[in-house]
Amino acid sequence: MATVSVASSVESRPQPSAPLVPKVKASGLSFYYGAFRALKELDLVVHENCVTALIGPSGCGKSTFLRCFNRMHDLYPGNRYEGEIRLYPDDINLLAPGVDPIEVRMRLSMVFQKPNPFPKSIFENVAYGLRVRGERSGRTLEGKVEAALRDAALWSEVKDRLHQLAFNLSGGQQQRLCIARALATDPELMLFDEPTSSLDPIATASIEELIADLKKKVTILIVTHNMQQAARVSDFTAYMYLGQLIEFGRTDELFIKPKNKQTEDYITGRFG
Amino acid sequence: MPYARDLKSIRRLIAAHKRWDLVFACCGVLALMVGLLTFIALFVDMAIDGVPRLNWDFFTNFPSRHAAQAGILSAWVGSCLVMLVTAFVAVPLGVGAGLYLEEYAPKNWVTDVIEINVTNLAGVPSIVYGLLALGVFVYQFGFGQSILSAGFTLALLILPVVIVATREAIRSIPVGIREAAYALGATQWQVCKDHIIPYSSAGILTGVIIGMARAIGETAPVITIGALTFIAFLPPSPIKAEPPFLSFEWLTSPFTVMPIQMFNWTSRPEAAFLQNAAAAGFVLVLLTLAMNGFAIWLRYRLRKNIKW
Ligand SMILES: Nc1ncnc2c1ncn2[C@@H]1O[C@H](COP(=O)(O)OP(=O)(O)OP(=O)(O)O)[C@@H](O)[C@H]1O
Ligand SMILES: [Mg+2]
Repeated sequence: MATVSVASSVESRPQPSAPLVPKVKASGLSFYYGAFRALKELDLVVHENCVTALIGPSGCGKSTFLRCFNRMHDLYPGNRYEGEIRLYPDDINLLAPGVDPIEVRMRLSMVFQKPNPFPKSIFENVAYGLRVRGERSGRTLEGKVEAALRDAALWSEVKDRLHQLAFNLSGGQQQRLCIARALATDPELMLFDEPTSSLDPIATASIEELIADLKKKVTILIVTHNMQQAARVSDFTAYMYLGQLIEFGRTDELFIKPKNKQTEDYITGRFG
Repeated sequence: MPYARDLKSIRRLIAAHKRWDLVFACCGVLALMVGLLTFIALFVDMAIDGVPRLNWDFFTNFPSRHAAQAGILSAWVGSCLVMLVTAFVAVPLGVGAGLYLEEYAPKNWVTDVIEINVTNLAGVPSIVYGLLALGVFVYQFGFGQSILSAGFTLALLILPVVIVATREAIRSIPVGIREAAYALGATQWQVCKDHIIPYSSAGILTGVIIGMARAIGETAPVITIGALTFIAFLPPSPIKAEPPFLSFEWLTSPFTVMPIQMFNWTSRPEAAFLQNAAAAGFVLVLLTLAMNGFAIWLRYRLRKNIKW
């Protein structure tokens, strides 16, 4: 059952035609929560203007992996990285001790599992990233906020109440607001951690549509629990298990002809 | 004995268990009433004695040797000014310390020791703060027996309350909000000033007001640092007619506060003075209740927009 629907949504999609350019490349990446090794020697390439999905059973380390890219783990003591994540075209190692995590977070942006708007107005939520970057001009802020809300397909719903509290929005709207907030700063890479897992099917569909649209502008790495979702939105898929990357490939190939037995078991629903 | 199997014995068992519910509920109500009724009895007794004395003159007259003409002007003005200093000292120190402990301090044993000590400070008898302040503020810093010394002393006294309230308010902010701000590239200070402090202000303010409501009734430390018990003049006005308009002379002025005025009157033999004391006590209790009520209202108002 699951295989059929996944495979059909994969086949009906056009192939990415532009030549593939790497945007970030993780190599030999291990991660430790204190003494616990949550990621083991991962290698992964994320291509520019593509959507790459991370799938795998709960607890396999998808979120942990994603949070390495923008150095979220630096916020808590006792965490340690090994290996590197190189960002192109500058070819810098995001994990190098000399690289400031704040600089990394200014270039990448993240959308979390649970919508987490600030208890501020809709406008201030989207503008915050720009304010952090020192933008003071009201005109520029207004323009950028509008553009980000349009890109996040939220503009028409909120344009008359930009100065109301963001908490008054519905869950799906809040999540699109968080996407707008992450988009407003023109990130080079966007990280999504199960962005639809707390939303209903309709809100989920609108967010998936949005992600498919956004890849024209920005490279996307998305964690998802839902294989149909990975099949629908992504160009590449990586299957993780117990902190290891088991298989990586084009989404269509991985879902139709997985090379690895474990991957096959997972996507056919025999496991996980 | 076998456990209850049939319906009849189950019902009997439930009835027996429920009797204990009733017993406990009665004990609980009794315990509650002992505290509450005692307070109400004291308050009503004080009100009966004191309320007839309450009139405009009582608030605008200085203390006097004639009970009927004596008022609480110097006491309430002194209390207000001392509270002003207390707030100005306790808020920045308490919020700063709480913020540092929650957001900046490395999580190690030194921080743990500091934490435990802060909590313990709340239990130190207030007279000890008075003695400390007498040595440090009055003599060492040369503040003298002044409003400034009293304000600093009471600020020190409520500092643990403010710190604990600040930390609790900060801790109630969800991790997701904090991470969202960091993920946008904010520095630690930007996160604090744009998010942590604004979102925790309701909790902090509540803590400050509750602390002040305690401080306004404190007698021992204020006597220790040398508040006067009889004073028939006001501190110099903080606002002047000629430039620079503001004056801080009042900070070094001698003073008295409400509970000391009360204490002074209760130690007089004449019954009329006892009435004055009851009236002052009534005002003081109302003031404390009003401050606590304001804190509750403020918390409700500021929390309405922030629900997590
Ligand atoms: N802060 C932490 N400290 C210690 N161990 C952690 C921490 N966070 C996660 N882990 C462990 O790391 C492993 C990977 O967790 P992670 O959250 O990355 O999984 P996940 O694949 O995102 O799972 P899910 O699909 O349920 O979100 C798990 O075994 C988890 O218990
Ligand atoms: Mg996760």
